[in-house]
Order: sequence, then structure tokens, then C-alpha cells
Amino acid sequence: MATFFWQGNEACAYGAMAAGARFFAGYPISPSSEIAELCSRLLPEREGIYVQMEDEIASLAAVIGASVGGMRAFTATSGPGFSLMQENLGFAVMAEVPCVIIHAQRFGPATGIATAPAQADVMQARWGTHGDYQMLVLSPSSVQECYDLTVAAFNLAERFRSPVILLTDAALAHLRETVTVSDTPPPRHCRPQPEGDSALYRPYAPGPDLIPAMAAFGDCYIQRVTGLVHDEQGYSSSAPAVAAGLVRRLQEKILLYQDELPSPVYTGPEEPEILLVSYGISVRAAQAAAQRAQAWGHRVGCLRLRALWPFPEAVIGDWARRVRAVLVVEMNYGQLRREVELAVAGRCRVSGVNRYDAEVVTSGEILAALTKS
Amino acid sequence: MASYRDYLAWERLPHLWCAGCGHGVILKALTLALAALEVPPDKVVVASGIGCSGRIGDYVTTHRFQGTHGRTLAFATGIHLARPEVKVICVMGDGDAAAIGGNHLIHAARRNVDLTAIVPNNLNYGMTGGQFSPLTPPASISSTSRQGKAEPAFDICHLAVVAGASYVARTTVYHVTEMQKFLQEAILKKGFSLLEVLTPCPTYYGRYNALGEAAQMLEWLNRSVIPLARYRQMSGDEARYWWRGRLVDREAPDFLSRLKGAG
Repeated sequence: MATFFWQGNEACAYGAMAAGARFFAGYPISPSSEIAELCSRLLPEREGIYVQMEDEIASLAAVIGASVGGMRAFTATSGPGFSLMQENLGFAVMAEVPCVIIHAQRFGPATGIATAPAQADVMQARWGTHGDYQMLVLSPSSVQECYDLTVAAFNLAERFRSPVILLTDAALAHLRETVTVSDTPPPRHCRPQPEGDSALYRPYAPGPDLIPAMAAFGDCYIQRVTGLVHDEQGYSSSAPAVAAGLVRRLQEKILLYQDELPSPVYTGPEEPEILLVSYGISVRAAQAAAQRAQAWGHRVGCLRLRALWPFPEAVIGDWARRVRAVLVVEMNYGQLRREVELAVAGRCRVSGVNRYDAEVVTSGEILAALTKS
Repeated sequence: MASYRDYLAWERLPHLWCAGCGHGVILKALTLALAALEVPPDKVVVASGIGCSGRIGDYVTTHRFQGTHGRTLAFATGIHLARPEVKVICVMGDGDAAAIGGNHLIHAARRNVDLTAIVPNNLNYGMTGGQFSPLTPPASISSTSRQGKAEPAFDICHLAVVAGASYVARTTVYHVTEMQKFLQEAILKKGFSLLEVLTPCPTYYGRYNALGEAAQMLEWLNRSVIPLARYRQMSGDEARYWWRGRLVDREAPDFLSRLKGAG
């Protein structure tokens, strides 16, 4: 066991190294640049590759190329860069290429405030690229979790053959905290490998769990990767049955196994009256407010979401039966609150504590909202 | 001895390209070049973009990668860095390589990434109905320039040279033997190599500009190109022609060697 005093960005970079990432392609952008800077040092020391591309479109493209070459690959960015990555994010979904995108959210829209935090890209992370798909999105709320969930992100990317987005924000990216790292390397999930006669390999034939075995370029198994609708051979097709089968499998390979994602963590009294739902940096204020309210004799609990997408709808639905009110604490105009409302489906009252002024939510604001609930 | 037949996915033929399109000639030249070099199919990735030529990956037995529009060289940079022992051959049409992918082309050439880029230049966007591209000659009729293209064209080969490519050449599908020779040189070259191949699009460019059927378009292409040495001696009439030949063939450290040297 070793302890380190890292900022969130550092914890993400070291987490990626521990997860076996050996390829980083990126483009400098605040507030994520420390990840690129650190990778430019750490990767060559580990026989890995750091490459600085001409933009974020190219960055994710190079990451995808390296991943099909067999490497664990990732990038890091923030809002404007994440917008540019949407095109190839959809490609990674369609072509089922494992990769990790660390997105340190900053204040937007547009250039916004480059060094100020926000949690306003939650919906962009879910729906930013075109088409019908599922997206895997994790949201750490401490520097320790930046490390742990980065490791988890790489394993989930390999497990599901999918891009995984790790959503941090400008505050968490630059927050310094103690991180504990185990001496033994974290368990590693690897993409399924083809076996048997190479002539019979079909690059997109679903294996167990609906995931196709993934050959790397250069293997004796011929790999065919395309963003076009494709059949099991990896050849392009515009047949409606092929299109429907592909979209259904891309959805179900994630939805049927959603319980493998990090589940929400509840802290508070056994039978809370009011539930605070939060994620990312805002969790800290929510937990502080819940503790203060409990000290005053109120039954207030806090549910910390670690995976935002697919949304933990069933968990929220269960809680809605047990509490009088749900308060969603987030740094945006109310993006995830609408998702909570859908899950709650009228079973209890839902309101939000929202900040959208480039400052983090405080426990005082949450307490003030609690008194009205 | 390898045969070009080993590189063609016969069960996928006939291809989807129009009658008289030159892309099939480029496909065959590529398979001939790979066979002559005896590169095993599993040590080749054919990476392509979007548009007519982007479909080339459906017809080869090698590894195949078809990315998003214009980004082929960025994907290919990642593929190459992860698997440097594999030959990555990028096929990008004129719109793909020169318009939406222009920036990636500049930077792949500048880094001198050990990739081979083939630019089948059919002088328009064929897949979407014959709109003009940056490489369409000025004054050409296209579906988005009915009065004649107002913009100038640029020379993608000179762009690649200035950016830092190790090998740059241009030919046409009329000159099939030269195309295969240039392709082999480009594939063997350590560093970034680019081969532009002028190819007829009788369905759109030819029809809009009254250049005749496929065979007449081939004759037209042949009349429209001048060997590089002669082209350089022309005075005043150059704009009416394309030069043809090897523009640059030079030694320079490739990107991965530089990366490893710095690491």
C-alpha cells in the first residue's frame, strides 16, 4: 500500500498507467492538460506512446487506431475538445473499439470559462454523437475515485468493447487529495480474443455476452472495421435486417449487463425522509449537508452516483418509494434532474439544487433548499 | 510467388463502382503491387475514408479499416504507432483528402508518419452526386457549380512536399504500369508517401463537362497530363495540364524513429 498526494488529473493519468494504458493521443486544453503533460513523461518510460495530434478529432481517431492495433488507448479533453470528439466517439460505438475519454468539464457553452468548473456536459456525454446507442459514463467525486474509476473505465471499455467516458470537472481535476494505491496491480479485464481456424473468423459475430472476439491488425485473424452498418464479416451492408440486428445488439450488450457498472453508493440513516442525489464534485457538498441535517435531527441521506449512463433508473425508482422528496444536486440548470424525475415517475417530489455560475455548490445552499423541502 | 488474386475478396465482386470508374483499376494496381512485394495480407491494413473510393476495403483480403470522413490519416497514425510492422495503406478521395481531411494530411506529412496515402482523384464528390471538390479544376461544371467552379484548385502533391512527405508522385489510371511502380515505391518508402492518381468519373464529372464516355475520358486524361520534366520547361500553358511523375523521393527520419529517439 502506498499513498500519494495527487490532483485529480494526476490520479487519472496514474490510474490509466495502472490499468495498462500504453497509448495517449491528445490536444492541450484546460483544465485537462496535466493529463497530457504527465502522459508525455510516463508513457515513454513504459515503452508506451504519447502523441500530440493536430486537434481533438485526430486525437480520438489515433486512439481508436491504436486500440484496433491492440493497445489500451485513451485521451483527455474538456468541453470544446469533447465537442470535436463526438464524430469519432460515434465511430468507436459503431465499430466497437475499446477506448477511454477523460473529460474534465469546464464552464460552457462554447469557450465559456476555460478554468472554471461545471457539470453541464452530462447530456452531451450521453447523446452528443448521432444515432441510436448506449454510452458508458462514469463520474468520480474524489481524487481517490479519479484513480479507481479510471481503472474501472479501462476494464469496462474492454469488457463491453465500447468507449467509456470519465466525467470530471475543473474543480476535481485540480483538487489535491491523498490517494491510496494497492501494491498489487488492479485486476485487468481484456477484450475477448479470437480462437481456432483464422479462415472462419468473423470480426462481428457476437460471442458470449453479445461481444464479438476482437482481432488486432497484424494478427492472422483478418479484422474488418467500419463505421458503416456491417454484417458479422465486417462488410458494409444496408439491409434493414442487418441494421436492426446491429443496433439491437449494440444496445443490449450494455443494457442487459448494466449491473456490472459501479452502483450508486448510499450514506445516511436507514429510513431517510429526504434523499439527496448527486455526482462528481457536487457529492461532497451534498454529503456535508446531509451530515449537518442529520446532526440537527433530520433524516436526510445522500445517494452518490458513480455511473451516470446508462442511468441507474431502477435504483432511483426504488428509493422514490421510500422517501418523501428527492433533491438533485448538480452544477448545471437541471440536466440529470429530468432523468431522476423520469425514474421517480411521480412517486415522490423531485427538485433541484443547481449552480450555473462557474462556482461549486455549497452545503449551505443545499441546507437552505432542504428547509424548503 | 504471391498473386494479385490472393488480395482480392472475390466473393464480394462485382464492386459497387459505376461502369467506367477508374477505382477498380486502382484496386487492381494495389493488389498487383502488394503481390509483387510479397507482403502477406495479414500484414497489411487498407484504411479508407468516405466516398466512392472509401469502399475499397470491401474488396480486399487484407485487414480493413474504414473510418470517418477525412480522418483516415489520423486513425492510421494510431494504427501504425501500435503496429509498426504492419503496412498501412490509406485510400482517400480528392474531397476526403483535400477538403475535410486537409489538416490531417498536412500533419501526417509533417510528422513523416510511415504510411502510404493513395489519393484517387476523380475531380469531384462522386458518392454524393458530383459536387466540386478542392481538386476540381476551376471553371468546371459540377452539381454545385452549374456556371463553372469559381474557386481555384490546388496541387495536393506540392502541399505534401512542402509539409514534409518523403515520397510524392502523381499518375493516372491510363498509366497503369507507372501506377503500380509508383505504388511499390511508395509502399517501400520509410516515411510518409503520397500517390495521387487521376481517375475518370464518367457518371458525373465526365457527363457535366462533356468529356464523353469512360474510354474517351481515359484519352482525355492521357492528353491532359505532361511528364514532370517537360512540364517544368513549359512557359505559360501549365494551367491547362497536370504534371505526371515522381515529385519527391527523399530520405528523412520517420515519426516513430524520432519518437523512439526522443524517448
